[in-house]
Amino acid sequence: MKSFRSFTFWMRGAQALALAVAVCFSLGASDAGSRFNDLGHRLMCTCGCAQLLGECNHVGCPESGRERQELKDAIAGGKSDKEILAAFATKYGATVLAAPTTQGFDLVAWIAPFAVFGAALLGTILLVRRWALSSAGKAQAAKDAEAASDDPETRTLREKIRRETGSDGGF
Amino acid sequence: MAAFGSFALLIALALAAYNLLAGALALRMIATRQPARISPERLADTARRAGIAGFVAVTAAAFALVWSVFANDFSITYIMEHSNRALPGAYKFSALWSGQEGSLLLWAWLLGVYGFVLRLTHKKDVKLYAYAGTILAAIQVFFLAVLNFAAPPFALYRGALPDDGNGLNPLLQYPEMVIHPPMLYLGYVGFCIPFAFALGALMMNYPGEKWIKITRAWTMVTWLFLTCGIFLGMHWAYAVLGWGGYWGWDPVENASFMPWLTGTAFLHSVMMQEKKGMMKSWNVWLIFSTFLLTLLGTLLTRAGLVSSVHAFAQSSIGNWFVAFMVIVLAVCIFTYVLQRKNLKSDHQLESLVSRESSFLFNNLVLLTACFVILWGTLFPILSEYVVGSKVTVGAPFYNRVAVPIGLFLLFLTGVGPLLPWRATSFKSIRRNFVLPVIVLWVTVIVCLAVGVWPWKAGVFDQGNFYALVAFAISAGVLTAILSEFVRGAGVISRQTGRNFFVATWLLTRRNTRRYGGYIVHIGVVVIVVGLAGAAFNRNVESEMGLHDKLVIGPYTLVQVGATQDSNLNYNSEYAMLDVYEHGKKQFQMTPERRVYLASEQPQTMVAIHSVPSWDLYVVYEGTNPDTGQPIIKAFLNPLVGWIWAGLMVLVFGTLVALVPSQKPAAQRGGNQ
Repeated sequence: MKSFRSFTFWMRGAQALALAVAVCFSLGASDAGSRFNDLGHRLMCTCGCAQLLGECNHVGCPESGRERQELKDAIAGGKSDKEILAAFATKYGATVLAAPTTQGFDLVAWIAPFAVFGAALLGTILLVRRWALSSAGKAQAAKDAEAASDDPETRTLREKIRRETGSDGGF
Repeated sequence: MAAFGSFALLIALALAAYNLLAGALALRMIATRQPARISPERLADTARRAGIAGFVAVTAAAFALVWSVFANDFSITYIMEHSNRALPGAYKFSALWSGQEGSLLLWAWLLGVYGFVLRLTHKKDVKLYAYAGTILAAIQVFFLAVLNFAAPPFALYRGALPDDGNGLNPLLQYPEMVIHPPMLYLGYVGFCIPFAFALGALMMNYPGEKWIKITRAWTMVTWLFLTCGIFLGMHWAYAVLGWGGYWGWDPVENASFMPWLTGTAFLHSVMMQEKKGMMKSWNVWLIFSTFLLTLLGTLLTRAGLVSSVHAFAQSSIGNWFVAFMVIVLAVCIFTYVLQRKNLKSDHQLESLVSRESSFLFNNLVLLTACFVILWGTLFPILSEYVVGSKVTVGAPFYNRVAVPIGLFLLFLTGVGPLLPWRATSFKSIRRNFVLPVIVLWVTVIVCLAVGVWPWKAGVFDQGNFYALVAFAISAGVLTAILSEFVRGAGVISRQTGRNFFVATWLLTRRNTRRYGGYIVHIGVVVIVVGLAGAAFNRNVESEMGLHDKLVIGPYTLVQVGATQDSNLNYNSEYAMLDVYEHGKKQFQMTPERRVYLASEQPQTMVAIHSVPSWDLYVVYEGTNPDTGQPIIKAFLNPLVGWIWAGLMVLVFGTLVALVPSQKPAAQRGGNQ
């Protein structure tokens, strides 16, 4: 019963579960047919409708049908995703790509959010740690002052109060 | 009527300017205690009355514009461009905000309404309200100056008067569009109030946290309006644009989402200030940022800074807005620098794992999400400026960057309420978190077992993976929140002997703010589940002749007729589709395509059949010019209804949180 409740038991259980899920995630065979759908959602329709190529739905669109056919041909021609996207960008301009590339100045678009989040997270953790250490120092100083001034009976009573009121205060 | 409206706007500007100048002078006299011939209190009261009179003048101007729309007064350019004789009454009313001049007038009028209520209730705290009223007057002066000099709604049409107007943009001729923009604007404009109180409290060195208590209801109501406005916009996009989705990370959608994120962060972190006297500077800057982002949203929507399907009016008022934003920022920075010594925290965080730090991390994540969206919205402009070429920042960028942040935020939604204030122990963590974590992992296993896999057609799929994670975290968070209700209700049930449901009701009534907040979180979880369903959307498209069939999911659509109709406002073509499920006819759908006569623009009217598990969403895309047969596109969108249901829960939770808590009988008796 004791081991059932132990921290190690729960940690091992979580690890085993994570491993099982990871195995499940790695299952599945590759299917080239999904590439059209995937790439269609990484390209824009160039007619000016501001929709993804895979979602452009207006009848008589002068561009999306031709673009889709080009995409199908490129996939059938054995080109890699990178080559196909590069070919579209060369032909239609960079705005045909639904997201910035990972080269040149475009890379900044991807890096900045994570850099800002990482820096803010690190800053917050360091700040909270500093505050926590400062609070702990102040609490210890107050405790020492109490201990020096209290008689044994008051000290026992104070310890009891501290145990019972604890830190689990809720709202 | 044009002359009356123009005159009313001019009077309103003069009154707002008097309100600003007299109010500022009176507050200066009170602050410096200079002897003067006129009592500063009386001067401040004349300023307040001028504000009330200004509201009457703006109302008169708004009335004049609405009257002119209904009277088909095409001598006014705005009416000529945004209305026509055959436009139905409700849409004539919505013409007020369908163009730039009208929507700016709506801004000014709503600001007038908020200001009117604020000035009527000034006795709660005369001095603080005087500061807030004067700051509101400054904002009103800006909008009325724009309306009088840059975008006059009553400008007269030059040249021979046309018999009829150009009509309303067909995209706006939909019921939601009658309430979505006012709702969104109520949210945008409403954030002026907490902004004015925060800036006013900072200017006057307001002691304590009373200003937060005063503005709490204003902030929550405003946040609720903005939330409803955003969701109504989503529903409009879903039902009108016909692409099967509701959120396309469009710049204008993003513009409304950013102040929502900072406003949400403010609503959370302000609790720290109320309870612990912490994060005072942070809160002040959060509300400053929220107000600035509402201005940025209006700038993006109205000034044509970025292209968007939601931007229905574009012009050159951008410079006015940029100048105003710079002035507002300068005033905020100046006031903050001058008064920052009064914003020192009363307490500091004591532990990395505590309720306080969870609020801090919640704020961090919300602000990061806001930054990501701002960054993505403005990056095309930045790229053009730096390297000379524009790029597209669309859904793939946000899905990759913003969705993980959103999932982390969802995780914190569950964790935060389970952590105690000040510090926590491992024992406490284990007691509170074991059940949610078990439910989370069980959900993962169940999802995998029922076919919610992180791959599609054998290849890893980001959308499916995020959906799986979203379902799992949602289950964990829901368990965490419900366990809070169960724990609290259990205690009350034991104390009072009432049954569990009555105990839950009593629990909620005793602390409406806390449990209302939990209900809001439940609403968020339900919405996330609905959003996650998008990963499993399916669609098929086909040309459908008479009795042709289209199969999607469990449904078979059979074309039983295609016909045309017309009225004074539009011509329409629609298909009649009998829908069969398991071989039995269930209902009929009539997707439609309209061509509006005044504007000669086409518009899709989607047919939607919604059940809890999915939406059957059918679009009439037009007719094949070669065969003359209708082209039908059908979508099966899982769990979309959960999004709208989640909104209802969220609204309910916010309303509960707005109701004052009921003190327990013992406490009430003690107070007597």
